[in-house]
Amino acid sequence: MKEIIKGRAYVLGNDIDTDQIIPAQHLVYSLSNPEERKMYGRYALSSVPEAQAGLPEGNIRFVEEGRDYSQYNVIIAGKNFGCGSSREHAPIALNIAGVEAVIAETYARIFYRNVVDGGFFIPFETEGHLYQEIRTGDQVEIDVKKGVVKNLTAGKEYPLRSLGDVEDILRAGDIFAYARQSGIVR
Amino acid sequence: MKSVPRNGVMGMTLTEKILARHAGKGDVSPGDNIWVDVDVLMTHDVCGPGTIEIFKREFGTHAKVWDRDKVVIIPDHYIFTEDVYARRNIDILRAFAVEQGIRNFYDVGSPDYKGVCHVALSEEGHTRPGEVLFGTDSHTCTAGAFGEFATGIGNTDAAFIMGTGKLWVKVPPTMRFVFEGEMPPYLMAKDLILHVIGDIGVDGATYKAMEFAGAGISMLSVEERMTLCNMAIEAGGKNGIIAPDDKTLSFVKQRTKRSFEPVTGDPDARYESVKVYWLKDMEPVVARPHSPDNKALVREVKGTRVDRCYIGSCTGGKLEDFKAAARILRRNSVKVETYVVPATTEVERRLREEAIEGETLQAIFERAGAKVAGGASCAACLGGPPDTFGRLSGSEVCISTTNRNFPGRMGSRQSQVYLASPLTVAASAVRGVITDPREFVR
Repeated sequence: MKEIIKGRAYVLGNDIDTDQIIPAQHLVYSLSNPEERKMYGRYALSSVPEAQAGLPEGNIRFVEEGRDYSQYNVIIAGKNFGCGSSREHAPIALNIAGVEAVIAETYARIFYRNVVDGGFFIPFETEGHLYQEIRTGDQVEIDVKKGVVKNLTAGKEYPLRSLGDVEDILRAGDIFAYARQSGIVR
Repeated sequence: MKSVPRNGVMGMTLTEKILARHAGKGDVSPGDNIWVDVDVLMTHDVCGPGTIEIFKREFGTHAKVWDRDKVVIIPDHYIFTEDVYARRNIDILRAFAVEQGIRNFYDVGSPDYKGVCHVALSEEGHTRPGEVLFGTDSHTCTAGAFGEFATGIGNTDAAFIMGTGKLWVKVPPTMRFVFEGEMPPYLMAKDLILHVIGDIGVDGATYKAMEFAGAGISMLSVEERMTLCNMAIEAGGKNGIIAPDDKTLSFVKQRTKRSFEPVTGDPDARYESVKVYWLKDMEPVVARPHSPDNKALVREVKGTRVDRCYIGSCTGGKLEDFKAAARILRRNSVKVETYVVPATTEVERRLREEAIEGETLQAIFERAGAKVAGGASCAACLGGPPDTFGRLSGSEVCISTTNRNFPGRMGSRQSQVYLASPLTVAASAVRGVITDPREFVR
């Protein structure tokens, strides 16, 4: 797990569901085929309504037309991020598009578990409406150990909630590594 | 992960009790992280191939699943499509079932094919009181209607279970929803759950168990109880659950020879909240676009023009859903395109057998002008490949018995979806505008 995550922020609102993160028609590609795998990056966040895509202005694509990778590696969002289906393709699509961390107010349960147990990125939680403070394109820096995110563009710093029990799994890498380390699986 | 010990003085809820038993513990409290033994793991065509891939990566290419009789594979999502990738996913499941000797595989194109996994699971006897069921689909919570702990997981967790038969769970606190009184003929379980979701919001039950109880619930059929638990996830719930009674036991015993141990909550169980609804005060509702908690009474939105009506899915494609729709459609014709999609092949068969005053449900729908699907599957509930039956492809306004109306959920980001009960959808089909079922059923 990286201790410092630095990059550009992409900002979304409340209740971003898994159909918006990766529409169901794209769930057919193989993850082990390197060419097909790229499609998940290409269509990541492709069903977010245009006006809510890249706040506060909106109408900003997460992945540019014809690309398989996003220029944004940190997502800032409101409450209930990842609600809806159990499709693990959702956190995987964000991971393939290059996301290293999401900072949301809260997460939907299955999505959060999938992020942690698959080790796809770090799901931070924050108090307050950070998505109304940070703008899409701002440079941000997350200090994992200190539990803070800095908006380098605006020169402001915000506290992150402790990762709690799941930090052990994230540090191990995924649920398999964690279970082996702790002797649950040999 | 730590577990907070307790002195075992307080009673446990139904959910807590099932989890404690499966963790080999005397008692558990909300917030405890525990490892539970799994009774059934279900997967389907969308998430099965990814699960198998992770299973082999982690446990080896020659690894065997922990118990081949506890793995149930039900392809149901992308079945009647020419999409080559979707068809390849079915081939992967087929090869895995053969390799592992998995008997509970309901193969496409074979007499074993069933259709929508959550309905098929119960029809085939895989849902049993007191058990722990995980599935790679968020609507796995449907099975809570049988008094078991059932919840959706992702591919990684499913692969972990395939190899070990275990999974870690955080014990959820329980929110209790009590329905008092008698169910009026114009209301369905779908109205009750849309009410609840509207009241608490799409994240109102995040990480929590939703337990449904009361005289009103005892009166509901097993299928209606499934509808209630099915949409627990739409409030963010970890599981929906209903204590087993004679109806549950008789349904389950007709379908399985396996023994099971029903569990009920303790009288002194501690609930995080208790909310009481009086059925006589409740009215038919819809969830307006684009969120299941965007509740409105049907009479508040009546007259809204619709282009399409859709009756199907794990939520609204069971036999009882079609019986309800047929009550309205049997003396009427549809004014707008109306799609009828049975959840399973058993439901499909019974559409041709069950009759109202001598006319089969199938005949009623066809005479009314509805399009009845040629096969059981998830179909357009979640959009799917472009050639999916009933999929929205433009800026249609649709009223549907399904479970989600997120932007683009049924195929097109420009479309608008209202969620409603089969009675409300049928009434709206007849008028071509959103219509209160009380105009037909009193």
